[in-house]
Amino acid sequence: MLQVTDLRCARGGVPVLERVSFALNPGEALILRGPNGVGKTTLLRTMAGLQPPLSGSVDYPEGSGAYASHADGIKSALTVTENLTFWAQIHDRSVPETAYAAFDLHDLRDRLAGTLSAGQKRRLGLARLAVIGRSVLFLDEPTVSLDNFSVRMFADWMRDAHLGQGGCAVIATHIDLGLDVPALDLTPYIAAADADGGADAAFL
Amino acid sequence: MIALLLRDLRLSVRAGGGFGLGLAFFLIVVVLVPFGVGPDRVILTPIAPGILWVAALLAALLSLDRIFALDFEDGSLPLLATAPIPLEGVALSKAVSHWITTGLPLTCVAPLLGFFLNMAPGAYVWLLASLALGAPALSMIGTFGAALTVGLRRGGLLLSLLVLPLYIPTLMFGAEAVRRGADGSGVTAPLMLVGVITLGCFALLPFATAAALRINLR
Repeated sequence: MLQVTDLRCARGGVPVLERVSFALNPGEALILRGPNGVGKTTLLRTMAGLQPPLSGSVDYPEGSGAYASHADGIKSALTVTENLTFWAQIHDRSVPETAYAAFDLHDLRDRLAGTLSAGQKRRLGLARLAVIGRSVLFLDEPTVSLDNFSVRMFADWMRDAHLGQGGCAVIATHIDLGLDVPALDLTPYIAAADADGGADAAFL
Repeated sequence: MIALLLRDLRLSVRAGGGFGLGLAFFLIVVVLVPFGVGPDRVILTPIAPGILWVAALLAALLSLDRIFALDFEDGSLPLLATAPIPLEGVALSKAVSHWITTGLPLTCVAPLLGFFLNMAPGAYVWLLASLALGAPALSMIGTFGAALTVGLRRGGLLLSLLVLPLYIPTLMFGAEAVRRGADGSGVTAPLMLVGVITLGCFALLPFATAAALRINLR
């Protein structure tokens, strides 16, 4: 479902990762690990199509990928329901009741998103993933500012509602999500310092 | 696309949305002019069309930097970029919502303000017509400028420098149409030119805007 072949990607013109290859079948997920700055976010953004790779390829069915970053894309002047409904409409869908239940948002439905706590906002941001119906998820630190209970809630949703339904996911995280999925340490893939093609080498 | 438009309109009328900001600015600038140049109708009548058009242009400029900046700050923009709606559609929707929140109210109150400036009676209808034709171009060009400067610190200042020169053709022909309307001479040529500029902007700039967004999102 997701096939990454010999991917090389750059951040700010400097190559950070090279020779990254892996494949995921429906129902499989991959955890990205590695120290800060190793290129987890860059890899995720490249796979999501927000920036082009230097070389190599990323293949998944057209229109099935979704990206979620540190920022949740939540409008603080809209209520929880309005935020979710907007993202659902953009994807030509409606908001399933299960999205509220899966992320414990029932009691917050009519609250303005601006009045939510950091963890509640994060849950709302993750609930977005449940309403857009995309099957290939690229998640960048999805559990930042979540408490242990919410992390388990997210892991349950990921296992049962997403992977269980044939979706797949690539998740960059530093904590143990409690998901039984393989991890990929990116340290061996750090691009060689003299790797060309990224910066304006001719001018340096 | 309709969903995005409705969301932006809803956000603009919520707290901190800035709806009416441009309109209030327009009102104040136009009201200030008679204080500055004196209430003499011999002076005010001939400069009224130009003043109204320049003030409308500056008022439209005021809210441009918010078009993409807010979506960039809260992370919506990369999410929109990976959504099924094409970025060209996002650009068009943003321009239309800017026009509805800024250009349309300006167009509606401009004739009223013409009264403050003692504009010639024959010019009112042409002021309305030229703003109705020209204000959408101001929003579309501004959206393009906003896409170029999204993510830059103090991008609003740079945005003004980029966008104001691009406003010149619309301003020239728009004000000329009103002036000719006041004289009673033919307004067809300048009005058609304003319309052509607007149509050209809406045909080309959504693509340029989307390209600028893609580069800035990298």
